[in-house]
Amino acid sequence: DVNPDLASERLTASFSVEELTARLDGGAEHTRMRRAVVEAIEKDPVFSRENQYFQSQNERYEAAVKRAVYLQKKMREMGWTENGPEVKYIYRCLSGDVAFSLHHIFMRSISVLGSDKQVAKWIPLATEYQIIGSYAQTELGHGTYLQGLETTAVFDIASQEFILNTPKISAMKWWPGDMGRSATHTVVFAQLYVRGKCYGVHPFIVQIRSLRDHSPRPGVTVGDIGPKMNFEHIDNGYLMLQNVRVPRENMLSKFCEVQPDGTYVRRGSQKINYFTMTTVRISILSEEVILPLMKACTIAIRYSAVRRQSKLKPGEQEEKILDYQTQQQKVLPQLAAAYAFHFINIYLHELFNRGYQEIQGRNFDSLPELHAFSSGFKATVTQYCTSGLEICLRACGGHGYSQLSGLPSLYTKALASCIYEGENTVLFLQTARFLIKCFMAASAGQPIPPSVTYLSSMKPGKCPAKDKLDFLSPDIYLKAYEQTAIRLLSSSAAKLQHLIQSGVEKHEAWNQCTVQLVKAAKAHCHYITVKNFVETVEKLDNKAGIQKIMKHLCDLFALHGIFSNAGDFLYDGYLSGAQMDLVTASYLDLLAVIRKDAVPLVDAFNFTDKSLNSALGSYDGQVYQRLYEWAQKSPTNQQVNPAYGKYLKPLLQNKLSKL
Amino acid sequence: EALVINDPDFQHEDLNFLSRSQRYEQAIRKSSLMVLKLREHGIADPDEIYWFKSFVHRGRPEPLDLHLGMFLPTLLTQATPEQQDRFFMPAWNLEIIGTYAQTEMGHGTHLRGLETTATYDPATQEFILNSPTVTSIKWWPGGLGKTSNHAIVLAQLYTQGQCKGLHAFIVPIRQLGTHEPLPGITVGDIGPKFGYDEMDNGYLKMDNFRIPRENMLMKYAQVEPDGTYVKPLNDKLTYGTMVFIRSIIVGDSARSLSRACTIAIRYSAVRHQSELKAGEPEPQILDYQTQQYKLFPLLAAAYAFHFVGAYIKDTYRRISGDIIEGDLSELPELHALTAGLKAFTSWAANAGIEECRMACGGHGYSRCSGLPDIYVTFTPSCTYEGENTVMMLQTARFLVKSYTQVSSGQRVTGMVSYLNDLSRQRIQPQHVAARPVTVRINDPVSLVEAYKARAARLVEAAAKNLQAELNHRKSKEDAWNRTSVDLVRASEAHCHYVIVKLFTAKLSEISNAAVRAVMTELCLLYALYGISKNTGDFLQAGILTDTQVNQVNQHVKELLAIIRPNAVALVDSFDFHDVHLGSVLGRYDGNVYENMFEWAKKSPLNKTEVHESFHKHLKPMQAKL
Repeated sequence: DVNPDLASERLTASFSVEELTARLDGGAEHTRMRRAVVEAIEKDPVFSRENQYFQSQNERYEAAVKRAVYLQKKMREMGWTENGPEVKYIYRCLSGDVAFSLHHIFMRSISVLGSDKQVAKWIPLATEYQIIGSYAQTELGHGTYLQGLETTAVFDIASQEFILNTPKISAMKWWPGDMGRSATHTVVFAQLYVRGKCYGVHPFIVQIRSLRDHSPRPGVTVGDIGPKMNFEHIDNGYLMLQNVRVPRENMLSKFCEVQPDGTYVRRGSQKINYFTMTTVRISILSEEVILPLMKACTIAIRYSAVRRQSKLKPGEQEEKILDYQTQQQKVLPQLAAAYAFHFINIYLHELFNRGYQEIQGRNFDSLPELHAFSSGFKATVTQYCTSGLEICLRACGGHGYSQLSGLPSLYTKALASCIYEGENTVLFLQTARFLIKCFMAASAGQPIPPSVTYLSSMKPGKCPAKDKLDFLSPDIYLKAYEQTAIRLLSSSAAKLQHLIQSGVEKHEAWNQCTVQLVKAAKAHCHYITVKNFVETVEKLDNKAGIQKIMKHLCDLFALHGIFSNAGDFLYDGYLSGAQMDLVTASYLDLLAVIRKDAVPLVDAFNFTDKSLNSALGSYDGQVYQRLYEWAQKSPTNQQVNPAYGKYLKPLLQNKLSKL
Repeated sequence: EALVINDPDFQHEDLNFLSRSQRYEQAIRKSSLMVLKLREHGIADPDEIYWFKSFVHRGRPEPLDLHLGMFLPTLLTQATPEQQDRFFMPAWNLEIIGTYAQTEMGHGTHLRGLETTATYDPATQEFILNSPTVTSIKWWPGGLGKTSNHAIVLAQLYTQGQCKGLHAFIVPIRQLGTHEPLPGITVGDIGPKFGYDEMDNGYLKMDNFRIPRENMLMKYAQVEPDGTYVKPLNDKLTYGTMVFIRSIIVGDSARSLSRACTIAIRYSAVRHQSELKAGEPEPQILDYQTQQYKLFPLLAAAYAFHFVGAYIKDTYRRISGDIIEGDLSELPELHALTAGLKAFTSWAANAGIEECRMACGGHGYSRCSGLPDIYVTFTPSCTYEGENTVMMLQTARFLVKSYTQVSSGQRVTGMVSYLNDLSRQRIQPQHVAARPVTVRINDPVSLVEAYKARAARLVEAAAKNLQAELNHRKSKEDAWNRTSVDLVRASEAHCHYVIVKLFTAKLSEISNAAVRAVMTELCLLYALYGISKNTGDFLQAGILTDTQVNQVNQHVKELLAIIRPNAVALVDSFDFHDVHLGSVLGRYDGNVYENMFEWAKKSPLNKTEVHESFHKHLKPMQAKL
């Protein structure tokens, strides 16, 4: 039975939900495949996440290991392979609540960094799970800045072995997933020393646990780093090495090798390796933040159509909270952003696939641009989605704070993405460095990469809009974004130049401009996101009303951005104060328009109730009934209250009245 | 403080390693002890109790919060002398443990929407309590799930066939002695939440549950034995309690943000990362401009909110004397102001705590940093005691009312008196924005004027838009709804102005020159950063020029460098004890890494060297593949 408040929302959709779902999946045949995979997994009780919110860290970890092990069996049964098209749907369906994700990174790093011989030796073992791998890069005292790592690997010519050491506490490996309890092997990144000379950071395969009884190997101290904000199911670990010896063959040597006599040889280009690192940042976006934002929008919007609160008019029924303008202003821009990032993600994947082809053909020209893209968009998308998730959480009033809403865990999991694979501020600055270079080149009349050609089109001017409807024209708002992005970048560049010319050292000048530079990099990424949304909408045909509703969302995303960053657009007068009022008016009008399709727009994401795992967000909208039923399953209600007999009873029974 | 920290009875394992059930049990244990010890030490002063309690529980919620904070006070203020005789002493002695059950599953901030009913039966002289729908189940009250044996229940009173609105009833829910739920009562815990692990937030469903007539709190409204309803004299009095609770949240915002800043700033002084200059050692991350830009404005905000909290508390104390005398004239403004300030400061602190956590990189994400805990404990305050957006709209209602008064020629007083200037200006038919404000960006007093001008402009714009919607012959409610985004902006601008004004006013009260100097820097940073984050408002209103915006941005960055040498001292001044801070990253001695390792070793996953799931899952899999 669908709650009538939600059923009524679905009657008025201006477009075909099924058609939009197919577009999001990349074609109806993909939708069919996804649904088949989801069905196969969800009907299997081993993969149920029903009790997830009630489990302890230990139980969550054990369940994740169990699922990972069982998944191998299931995949064989279903004929799914590691490289098959089903894989992304499997992980989407499990919501990442499964162990051994680092095992896959372990394998990939060997494939990318290992010699043919090393690949032939280790990959079969890992595929057959005779060993379980992890990837140990980050240290207690060192994160994003790789050169700062302190673990050492000293080559001992006599025994033909590397001796690995953790020289001090800040050098302890810290955070690697699957390492605390599961892994038998790990790839350790350490400073390589040969004959007293340091050759920088290199990867080594190190066995950390016995293959027989799983106990730590001699010289190895390894364990779990303790509870985190989320990821209770993953055993993030620490690792300390004391004179641990590994054979010479364990240094991954596709690009660098230490020969038996201690000669250090570098071969080939590291650029492919560099490219791989770059692609990881893009590959996490969909699963780690965009899908979670879509889920959060689904939960918050469905709940907002069911929840009634206060009366707009005396004597009438209490209003759906989705009808309040302030509520629309919270959730609908997040919905627009979810679509915007879905489309930018597709764009980035196409870009990187093209880049990969070029690199295979030994053409490395596009590398700096791709790197700037991956840094900037990883930071932009993770940051925006994370804050969007929190907005959705808080838009659900008190019930949003219940774990049973599903929102706290979506939020706390996603927000780790702002840090891992490169801390966002650092990444924005990498993009800024690229942009500054291009800007200088453009000023000097040199050619610049295609994504930034707009940088050479700076001309002073004013926005021509005269009416609030003018702001629904992509040409108008795109130009405003473009001008703002150029202006923010050019003013940072000018400031930087000025500081350097006035004798400030280069690095200090850079540091003094970083706040501005971060802003410029964000504006650039925001502009590209809007531009890509506009181009995506243009390419859609208006079958089944899809293009029209997507155009509304695109306008909303663009105008919300201007409304929220008004100062940047008003500064230098590209937009006047009166035009800003028009933007606001147009933006608020759009909220009311999209409101009508809000529920169908989240239905189109097509999440099953099981994958949402939310008492507030289910398709049928039976929110209160479900909350009540789920709460009763809580262990606090299933077990005898231990505090009663021990503390409450003596307290209640009057021990005090004697005082 | 020392009393608690040195008491071995209050020691326990790190809470991060305990399950929800264990945390609840620990909290109950400590609460029971606390009550005993408070009596033992003869502590009765409310402020002292507050400090004692916050040290026992280290600033965390505990299951007896509602008993001490709501149940007992409500008895004091709303019970008749007879009722106090019956309930107060047993409750004081904890034979009765009570909670306050207001919120329902389907109804929160909008009180009139509550559905629980209490129907008077003159035949037996009893009230019959019912939860008629799923949405009417009481949901969320702290201590309700497992701890309390009584609850003050808010329900719609029906007598002689008429609904008389919401009233409070004392309802026994568990059997004294066995602690089993009474027949007709369904009670339990609402399950895991985002934080508040030690609190048994509960649900309560009542089916034809009867209580004697004397269990209705009858100091104000009454139901006579024959069912005649006697109206209360004045219902504005409840405003006072709301003002009080919201003022506490403003103080909480300041405290929670201060804790987060302490952790993030100390850690940033210990953590080294990357290189600023090639070949030199990795610098402290606190030397990066981007890091300073994240943290110092928050530090300034923590101080600002501290002063705002103190101001509201003082004002409340001052006028609560008047209230008892029956003079309620100042209450509406204070009520409106605290609603907005509660929302403004809790939103800002909430975002600030997250910013602090992110500023600590990966380790901020570990529970050993203490930051996840501060966040989850604080963040519900954006919702409870009045959802923030609703609060902002309450303030807006007052602002619009004041604006309308000014428009009709009346003068307004207090914090909104700046609206008076608008009418004077209307003699010339020009927009308020056209008024030239000469802003001196190094002078806090001048910045207060700039914030005032911004607030005036946004209040006027919202009021005018509201009028325009009304002119389209929309109903009052539709017009209000269609203007609500503008109205929230106006409220925010008003609150922002009030905060800058109070912070600035505080400066002249500081006698120590060095302290005044550093506070002036923080005040300037708070004001200028606020401008740089809202340049749109200031540019659009013509309060600042492009050049001045540039100067503001530049000056913000100069202030970061000026504050940098004092940063650690400024958080040390908050004087949080390590135990209270509960953070490995924020330790006073800065020995972060060794202590992280020590902490991790205690993790439950590390209880055995080889985890049981190796034998259960990994080993069999390896054997099979």
